[in-house]
Amino acid sequence: MTAARQSDPFVRDLLGRGDYAIFSEIVAPQTCVLDLGCGDGELLSWLAENKDVDARGVEMDAAKVQKAIAKGVSCYQGNLEECLADYPDGAFDYVILSQTLQEVRRPLQVMNEMLRVGRRAIVAFPNFGHWRVRLAHLFTGRAPKTTRFPHEWYDSPNIHFFTVDDFEILAARENWTIEKRVFLDGNREVKMLPNLLAETAVYLVRRHA
Amino acid sequence: MVALTQTKRFDSLELDCGVTLAPVDVAYQTYGTLNAQRSNAILITHAFSGDAHAAGIDPQTQQKGWWDSMIGPGKGFDTDQYFIICSNVLGGCRGTTGPGSLNPATGQVFAMTFPVITIGDMVRLQAKLIESLEIDRLLSVAGGSMGGMQVLEWAARYPDRVASAIPIATTPRHSAQQIAFNEVGRQAIMADPDWNNGNYYGGKLPGRGLSVARMVGHITYMSDESMRQKFGRRQREDQGIFEVESYLRYRGSQFVDRFDANSYLYITKAMDLFDLAAGQQSLTAVLERAKTKFLVISFTSDWLYPSYQSQEVVNALRRRNQDVAYIELTSQYGHDAFLVEVDEQTEIVKGFLHRVTKGVNRR
Repeated sequence: MTAARQSDPFVRDLLGRGDYAIFSEIVAPQTCVLDLGCGDGELLSWLAENKDVDARGVEMDAAKVQKAIAKGVSCYQGNLEECLADYPDGAFDYVILSQTLQEVRRPLQVMNEMLRVGRRAIVAFPNFGHWRVRLAHLFTGRAPKTTRFPHEWYDSPNIHFFTVDDFEILAARENWTIEKRVFLDGNREVKMLPNLLAETAVYLVRRHA
Repeated sequence: MVALTQTKRFDSLELDCGVTLAPVDVAYQTYGTLNAQRSNAILITHAFSGDAHAAGIDPQTQQKGWWDSMIGPGKGFDTDQYFIICSNVLGGCRGTTGPGSLNPATGQVFAMTFPVITIGDMVRLQAKLIESLEIDRLLSVAGGSMGGMQVLEWAARYPDRVASAIPIATTPRHSAQQIAFNEVGRQAIMADPDWNNGNYYGGKLPGRGLSVARMVGHITYMSDESMRQKFGRRQREDQGIFEVESYLRYRGSQFVDRFDANSYLYITKAMDLFDLAAGQQSLTAVLERAKTKFLVISFTSDWLYPSYQSQEVVNALRRRNQDVAYIELTSQYGHDAFLVEVDEQTEIVKGFLHRVTKGVNRR
């Protein structure tokens, strides 16, 4: 963690996103990075340009893949849950999954595959334990809808509603080593009660040696 | 941009079938300028019926090259930055040695005595050409359909001589369906009495057979949707036939004027025989040595070279964690899409080549 961030609760953003800023701090220069669900390759092209990484992406949406390749990103059009099996063990230094773990069918399998093909996984996910989600649920008695989760239950891409605590429990059960955890509320870093106060959680995870 | 065809003669070429062809001519065109480091050369490999005239205007016929939309100043393959080479394939009929050439041993046209050729032979001849141009390593090899097969062959056989590869709408091997369509074409030619066992040079050409073969080809290059939009059930009142019939007849007869029937037989056979993984454990093993960066492109409506065939190559590369970008572009134009979908391909080819160039300059 940088000294600047310890004194200042606001994290800088990168390409308009706090989690991207944290990824960019975590990723060491000249490494090999796989970004699952890389969109139009913004993060990867930034990492390639500024950290000289060997940047690879996976994206389902053809229009986004087209933009990513046009940016010079080595992007593969495919389903991230199906594609992981083809990569050899330890192929990447980092495998990034940003704001997508709650959308995949089998989150545990995806995490395990990320930790197989990568030496480390960097996962950012929305915390469904955030107080605004809890309040929305408590007072409306309906599936939570907030600015962070604006979707109606029937057209939401989110199919797993888990919290910071849920992830911690799973990590302990699976014996993953958590090397870093950063919690965000907007662009402000949350230092206490992350399960209640964090909108977004970022974890740097390594398979237990 | 004016397109000029040059020809190079090589003393001999050993073929996969064991026969040595001597001598061998290669017709080729170049566009743009080779840089001082000789590091900006891109070889374009043509599809079944293509030729060396990939871009620019032919001063004699005033015709544009077959991929002129993609090759030129500021285009996908930007001739302001890159030195582009395209040669007619071995077995062809547009300047490179083929069954219509004179056999120096007999003084007669080869016709059906021309040896069986393979995609590997075509690529070996291209490698000779590239060597003679004193280019140690190509920045890229790019091509669609049969051109894509040559691209894959280059990456597999000469991994150190290609920095990147762009196989488009292609396959590591023909399926039974693809072989079947080629066989219909061959049988149409051989059923024409004017084919005369291949000995028609100087006489009446097997035009009916060759044009029927081409008609079948054109059907496979389109899609149900693109044919519906282009022709529907519209009829030509003057001739009392459907638009689609008129179109196919026109394309068939036009083909007879520019293509040799025996080349049709030899080249389609080379495509059918192509199997990138032949004699190897797997496709992954074949491409293992490739340090090449790949950009693989397929098209949604291409049922002749369906996306699963491109994906087979892509997945073989991913299994060794090789650098491969892959996209299935949305198009309704079927197999023809690789010639038609210019904007999308331009954007991605430019971005890809830019990255490859940066990597090469860093070496």
